[in-house]
Amino acid sequence: MSVSDEPREAAPADATQGDSIPAFQRFMERIGDLWTLGVLILLIVIFGIAAPSLFTKAAWLSTSSYAVEYLILAVGQTFVIITAGIDLSDGAALGFSGMAGALVMEHLINSHASDTLTVILGIATMLVAGLLVGLGNGLLITRLKLPPFIVTLGTLTAVTGFTNLLNHGTEITTLPNFITNLGTASILSGWLPIPVLIALAVAVIFGFVLARTRFGLRTYAIGSNEVGARRAGIRVDRHLVMVYAISGLLAGLAGLLVTANFSSATPLAGNNDELYAIASVAIGGASIFGGRGTIFGTFIGTAILSVLTTGLVLTNVAPFWQQVAIGFVVIAAVAIDRVRTRAGTD
Amino acid sequence: MSNIEPAPAERGAPGTPRVEVRDLTKRYGSVVALRGVNMELYSGEIVGLVGDNGAGKSTLVNIVAGALPPTSGTVLVDGQPVTFRTPIDARRAGIETVYQDLALAPDLSIWGNMFLGREKVVAGPMGRLGWLDRKEMMERTAEDLDRTKIRIPSVAARVGRLSGGQRQAVAVGRAVAWGSQVVLMDEPTAALGVEQQAKVAELIQTVAAENIAVLLISHNLPQVYEICHRVLVLFRGEIVANLRPSEVDIDDIVGWITGSAVAARRLHGDQA
Repeated sequence: MSVSDEPREAAPADATQGDSIPAFQRFMERIGDLWTLGVLILLIVIFGIAAPSLFTKAAWLSTSSYAVEYLILAVGQTFVIITAGIDLSDGAALGFSGMAGALVMEHLINSHASDTLTVILGIATMLVAGLLVGLGNGLLITRLKLPPFIVTLGTLTAVTGFTNLLNHGTEITTLPNFITNLGTASILSGWLPIPVLIALAVAVIFGFVLARTRFGLRTYAIGSNEVGARRAGIRVDRHLVMVYAISGLLAGLAGLLVTANFSSATPLAGNNDELYAIASVAIGGASIFGGRGTIFGTFIGTAILSVLTTGLVLTNVAPFWQQVAIGFVVIAAVAIDRVRTRAGTD
Repeated sequence: MSNIEPAPAERGAPGTPRVEVRDLTKRYGSVVALRGVNMELYSGEIVGLVGDNGAGKSTLVNIVAGALPPTSGTVLVDGQPVTFRTPIDARRAGIETVYQDLALAPDLSIWGNMFLGREKVVAGPMGRLGWLDRKEMMERTAEDLDRTKIRIPSVAARVGRLSGGQRQAVAVGRAVAWGSQVVLMDEPTAALGVEQQAKVAELIQTVAAENIAVLLISHNLPQVYEICHRVLVLFRGEIVANLRPSEVDIDDIVGWITGSAVAARRLHGDQA
């Protein structure tokens, strides 16, 4: 019983343990998501000075429309990456669902089905097609205990093949007016296109799901300590299937918006999008080792990539150099994140 | 066969043990890990389980925790025979195992860890969508951890930022908050410094004072000797001694662990 008083005296030693972390790392961690927001503002200022046309309506519409598919994919990717997984197939799922839905709509139009039925079945096909790719990923990963990287690399290739098989690798342009109007409709005197509004709504809704619901908490828990999550009674496999299904479903939604935006479905849609989605998530501060990341961070990451792309175009940087610049931005962001992560866990 | 019958504890509730194992045997092929083990844990009692590496401590704990099936023998909870297929079954029966670090998610807040798997949601339709009642969980966490008497910076702090002793407190606090009647602690102080070890010792005593049975598996003999009401010694799969620290010397325990006392069992047997 002689121990009873000593621990209380020792308590301050406990509290000061956090101070052994280098000041720079603590500084980096405290800044958190804000540093990426700072980078975004800095980019806007720099490009705005170099090319004042950045602040025109045309530049805004081009940037925001460009960002729609990346933001939606990146939201799903954020969930996946927080579970310490990865979804390389979401761009392929985007292309597949767009083509599958367009194919259904083309058939319905040619057989003179009503517009309403055509639109409903077409959109449903896109969402279900994306969902199925996601479910397939989730089931392969959890049932066969395969690494997410390998499974989604495989489905990336296989699904791309299916996309080309759907219409012999050619695009589909026979679409109902509703779909093509969806791509051009907007509110706020044309400042806010409907696809951008939808993408923002997706980000806000899933941001709350991740940050404020049981599903979100368990998503973090699985990525942080899968064994611990199982021991806490969480059905980890079922949860992971749902996370990959969300990623696939959102790819289907992105497929719809891309099809609407271009007034056509092409098998090339979504090609390499997964890289931008993953890059957005990484820039946004998520750890590829799981347990960390926010939708707000991902939103900033998507915005940085989009502003960078528009800015480099407006400042007449050659397209190949744009790719180089974006690649280095991703690496720099993850390098900075590593410093922050180390600050967090001893 | 062990001829040492566990004596009823002086402390804790008399009568039916919270957990009892009878004639428990575990074989791996021709290797016998446990041989006819009998053990009783009473409410409010801290029982130390010591023994050399390979003596069978982990096997015994894993069986009681539901992580391993016994080859033969019975586990009883409150006098009723039970069969655990998974650790979840054991938890439902009120038995919680606290591992050094394993069960906590370092990226989650303290309250997130405390309530993981049994989260509180708000009332109404938002609750059905899984909207968390963060305020309720934070308040409850603060109350539960107050009972463990270990200081925590804030219930919103990430567990990854906590010291080893604080993490142990969160893990134990969670077990207690989950309504566990029996807490199995597997080497809770192995990775801790001296100050932290003392804190965990105090924590174990606090838990036992809440009428919870604690089984403490540890190599830290001075600590076992200091805080346990009884010490069980496993030697080559058998419980060879059931000792009261108040009645024996710490060197006697060492003797039983190393087996030198086993040869002289009869001389010491009546002490147990």
